[in-house]
Amino acid sequence: MTVLTTLLRPGRTRTLAAFGLAAVLLLLAPLVLSPFRLDLLAKFLCLAMVAVGIGLAWGRGGLLTLGQGVYFGLGAYLMAMHLKLADAGPGGVPDFMLLYGTGQVPGWWEPLRSPVSAILLILVVPAALAALLGWAVFTRRVRGAYFAILSQALAAAFAILLIGQQQTTGGTNGLNGFRAFFGYDLADPVNKQMLYLIAAAVLLLMVAIVRQLTVSRFGELLVAVRDQEDRVRFLGYDPAAVKVVAYVVAAVMAAVGGALFVPIAGIVSPADVGVVPSIGFLIGVAIGGRATLLGPVLGSIAVSWAQTSISEQFPSGWIYFQGALFILVIAFLPGGLASVAGKLRRRAPEGSPA
Amino acid sequence: MSEMSSTEQQPETEIDLAAAEALLGTDADRFKHDYLEVRGLRVEFDGFVAVRDVDLTVTQGDLRFLIGPNGAGKTTLIDAVTGLVRATGSVSFGRTALLGRSTHRIARAGVGRTFQTASVFEELTVLQNLDIAAGARRAPLTLLRRRPATPEAVEHALETVGLTALRDVPAGVLAHGQKQWLEIGMLLVQDAHLLLLDEPVAGMTQAEREETGQLLRRIGSQRVVVVVEHDMEFLRSFADSVTVMHQGRVLAEGTVNEVQNDPAVVEVYLGAPTQGDLA
Repeated sequence: MTVLTTLLRPGRTRTLAAFGLAAVLLLLAPLVLSPFRLDLLAKFLCLAMVAVGIGLAWGRGGLLTLGQGVYFGLGAYLMAMHLKLADAGPGGVPDFMLLYGTGQVPGWWEPLRSPVSAILLILVVPAALAALLGWAVFTRRVRGAYFAILSQALAAAFAILLIGQQQTTGGTNGLNGFRAFFGYDLADPVNKQMLYLIAAAVLLLMVAIVRQLTVSRFGELLVAVRDQEDRVRFLGYDPAAVKVVAYVVAAVMAAVGGALFVPIAGIVSPADVGVVPSIGFLIGVAIGGRATLLGPVLGSIAVSWAQTSISEQFPSGWIYFQGALFILVIAFLPGGLASVAGKLRRRAPEGSPA
Repeated sequence: MSEMSSTEQQPETEIDLAAAEALLGTDADRFKHDYLEVRGLRVEFDGFVAVRDVDLTVTQGDLRFLIGPNGAGKTTLIDAVTGLVRATGSVSFGRTALLGRSTHRIARAGVGRTFQTASVFEELTVLQNLDIAAGARRAPLTLLRRRPATPEAVEHALETVGLTALRDVPAGVLAHGQKQWLEIGMLLVQDAHLLLLDEPVAGMTQAEREETGQLLRRIGSQRVVVVVEHDMEFLRSFADSVTVMHQGRVLAEGTVNEVQNDPAVVEVYLGAPTQGDLA
């Protein structure tokens, strides 16, 4: 009986329904969208993965992660390096290295030759960096704006580092011109569609993971740490450990988003990982509603879509529109667009089905 | 002081001393004799000495009140014991040395505290607040699951502090006194054996003070309890012993009567002016 009542609780039914609806919509998209638009949507889904992680770290955990471009970039570059090596064939040298470099593959590229170790590194390297950095920062009780500035500085430094290493990272041009994704020809529209479906499935999985983390005891603890860090400490927990977990999960999600972004977009460059894209990730989350489950995803996709369509009409108008939107939401709707639904429901007469 | 408006709309809540039994253990445990021992404690902030040469011993079964004028160093003393500020000297609880440990390790050693302003997790429900307080020793991986059922200790704590009916209410909407009780409930499920309470009855109604006093007395019989309080009437009713602090030092120590008749105490603190404040 308890199982039945838990399943029928409004919160859970609503979430399941929203989840099902999202899955159906994502599956229908390939039938109605042109290959060009589908490709764009797939790209947006990858960016939304970063947003899901930010929703957990910032929305639930209060960590203003202004530098997620670093983890997105790590995932993206590791994947791009693997694709370049795979294109070059066993023992081959990626084309850009022949042009700008020594014509030799540097030693630290070699582990990425094997597909298995490439996938492992895409997950492990960002997780390890986030754990190390998070531990160093959170145990020293760096928080709020200081943490935000620190994470943003890291994004800036990462982009500068990439630009400076033209021979091994492609510099400003980044890495591009991939021909195949784990053996599948990227010029074939069927394979592009497959990539879209992979991105959609991974995004849904991430939303499910964040949902589970949110309703778990960890999720309650994370909110407790966000609101009363010291109180949590006096109960015998180390708040730094709780924050590190949320930060690492967000980092891995950003990295996976980056890794899938590369074969879909066909390019990754320092412009995708620096300060501006890092803030861009955050804006979608803020607009959608950072403390909700689907708010960050929908907000991020909506912002990406608006960016594309507005840029198509007014090439230089987007940046102003983005800034205005951000200010409006922060000033008048701090809970994001997701909070509008809640406000309307509260106004609806008592007893009406929500 | 008291917040009448919010208490009126909510179901009446009452402390249930019988339920505390299940949390505190039976009288047989009473002879374990935990005690807090502070020796030569000194806390200094940038050259200003907030606490100096403080010696303090509090045993189980001795409900100790810590009083003193503002700035006497009462809260700083608690901060030092719980690892919030750096201190020199020695502080031990039972056989565990506390100084130099990090705050969360001190908490795990069985030391719990409350704050002058009730600090509960306002967005979480009463039940979630207690569940978090009960969970510091849980294995990390079990945290990734949803709470299967209400833990027994949490159930007992809800009854003890009279919040069973309000278990699913966000703690932020509780009346002031109820928040204070929730904090005491959190200390109980946390299984703290040394409880340091900073003004636990501030802002409570007379009836709530009475009930809180009874509960503290009940807890004090099996735990080491130190209460910082300004309310002299509350102190006279419930204190077993009193330590008076003044300008960072211990000025006097003894029963309520002894302390009240100590000329030094009367001079700095307990004299006629304070009586007048209490009306």
